Amino acid sequence: MNDGAPVLTLEEVSKSFGPVQALQDVDFEVRPGEVVALVGDNGAGKSTLVKAIAGIHSIDGGRIAFEGRPVKVSTPTDAVNLGIATVYQDLALCDNLDVVENLFLGREERSVGLATITRQLDETSMERQAHELLDNLAVTITDVRSEVGTMSGGQRQQVAIARSLLGEPKVVLLDEPTAALGVRQTAQVLALIKRLRDKGHGVVVISHNLSNVFEVADRIVVLRLGRVAAVYDAKETTHEEVVGAITGASDPSTGELGPAVDEVMGAARRRDQPGEQPDGEPRERETGGTA
Amino acid sequence: MTAEATAAEPTPAGGGGPDDRPMKGFLRRFVEGDLGELRVIIVLAVIWAIFQSQEDRFLSATNLTNLLLQITAIGLVSVGVVLVLLLGEIDLSVGAVSGLCAAVMAVLSVKHGWSPYLAIAAAVAVGTAIGMFHGSVFTQFGVPSFVVTLAGLLAWQGAQLEVLGTTGTINMTDPEITGLTSTFYDGATGWAIAIVGFAVYAAVSLLTWRRKVAAGLRTQPLSTLAIRLVLAAAAIVAAVAVLNDDRGVPLAALILVGFVILFQFVTTKTTFGRHIYAVGGNDEAARRAGIKVKRIRIVVFAIASSMAAVGGIMAASRLLAVNQSSGAGDFLLLAIAGPVIAGTSLFGGRGSVWTALLGALVIGSISNGMDLLALESSVKFMVTGAVLLVAVVIDALARRRRQATGRV
Repeated sequence: MNDGAPVLTLEEVSKSFGPVQALQDVDFEVRPGEVVALVGDNGAGKSTLVKAIAGIHSIDGGRIAFEGRPVKVSTPTDAVNLGIATVYQDLALCDNLDVVENLFLGREERSVGLATITRQLDETSMERQAHELLDNLAVTITDVRSEVGTMSGGQRQQVAIARSLLGEPKVVLLDEPTAALGVRQTAQVLALIKRLRDKGHGVVVISHNLSNVFEVADRIVVLRLGRVAAVYDAKETTHEEVVGAITGASDPSTGELGPAVDEVMGAARRRDQPGEQPDGEPRERETGGTA
Repeated sequence: MTAEATAAEPTPAGGGGPDDRPMKGFLRRFVEGDLGELRVIIVLAVIWAIFQSQEDRFLSATNLTNLLLQITAIGLVSVGVVLVLLLGEIDLSVGAVSGLCAAVMAVLSVKHGWSPYLAIAAAVAVGTAIGMFHGSVFTQFGVPSFVVTLAGLLAWQGAQLEVLGTTGTINMTDPEITGLTSTFYDGATGWAIAIVGFAVYAAVSLLTWRRKVAAGLRTQPLSTLAIRLVLAAAAIVAAVAVLNDDRGVPLAALILVGFVILFQFVTTKTTFGRHIYAVGGNDEAARRAGIKVKRIRIVVFAIASSMAAVGGIMAASRLLAVNQSSGAGDFLLLAIAGPVIAGTSLFGGRGSVWTALLGALVIGSISNGMDLLALESSVKFMVTGAVLLVAVVIDALARRRRQATGRV
């Protein structure tokens, strides 16, 4: 789907919390205009990986490269300055503030001229930019001056994602963007993720919902017990195969850590024939989504 | 099947039709926002009507002027309390701090012969330092602000007794300090203040409106703006006319209104103010947005204690003395009750500095009216307590309603 050079590359990244090895020799990459889904069971290391990229956890070992250059990401500010934006599961929006105020939270614009002395906010400019940003992403919000707390989960998620784009990031990390959303709202958020991809952002999505993963992802990276268990091209794999990799059922060395590492990247691309899945539902969605 | 089709084929425009309820959102805002302040004004009107029907001196020019003088100190303390409440915290030490700072001013001015301006500046500086201390303990050690300032309430009361020394009372005679609450601008001066005040308000409103229109943003219609300006003009003219009928516009009231306008501006128009609301609404979100949450908290506690000092100075000026009971008794509780009665939430993130003024007016009116009716202070306390309870119940109900509709 995309042949560009990776914008973000992780090589042999490790992270432990005391005796717990949360990540071990993880290789991971994101290209511009690509949606990479990060899946795995609870405790597989998905959140730790995202937090390592976002600068919340500093890594113990391994290398991170951004646009080919080796970089150090030790604080959230480092990540933001590089162009890595993160949208967390709990959204991190202030319900008592309106859409414009939330979008510009922490990067408010000040008026120029006489008002500089009083450090006055430039509400007009921020509101205009908010309209532009939301229109550009085709996010429909009737009144950008209404409180975020009054909005639906889908709208709030879209505001949170839109906010992450204000700094023009190259990579957007989304932690469970569709958790706790209804069907229609999930569709809105997935559509927004596709628009991010089409605009050339590299997108990393953590999700538990494989149907959603198959709908938006170009590549699926399966983490298991802190290691990359498998990497699939979303068009060439099946629901069952991914589930198998998540649970370790499809892994001949079930329960063992060692051989799973060999599965990393291309080695893991299996060519199972589609059409043999019993429920059929995910396949249908996948075609519906990519059509 | 139909549901699945919807899921798989998102509308290109992002959908959102049924999720947007502009009318409902507007109504909700009206009920919980604008009507919130209107509700207080209605309550105030009812209180005034009741007292006026019982005692026709209540709405006289003299009594209304007295009312303004009575609420100055508590209103100023409430301004600082509002900022703390917006953070979702509480400061129980403002009464003790106001007493201590007034004592510092009195000792420096009377016993050490400092110039009144220096003595006032020193008192406010002591307040600022105390607030920074509270804020630092709160943020650095994670001790709840309730406990930190409760300790402060006890400790600063002790410090106040210590500063006042063995006599326990220091009389204020310095004309500059007593003049803070005994200076009046009557006649033409009063009107000039009114005209300048209104002109600034009108100019700012119109300029903001024109900028928004020029940028093609949604604004209120010009007619609404005009009605607001006319109402403001009418209120200012009525106030000055009444005050001029007695001694004139009190300097104390100008100081109170000045601080209210200053902090209303700070909270609604500046980055710092925006961050106060953000921290009060969701401190984790604020932290992730790169806001220095600890610094905001420390500064707000410093402002609260500084405003307590200012309030204490005004109280000393009006009493013509500082004594051991300055800032004690119900002073603290009324300073917190006022903004809450007027609609500032105890849960943080909602409210405005105006509620300091409105709340002080409500509480001051009850107190003043009952004094006029020569009621026992037992009745006074119980009525004020009941009003506070009703206000807090309304706040809690509003919060529950927001939670029920998915707003926190």
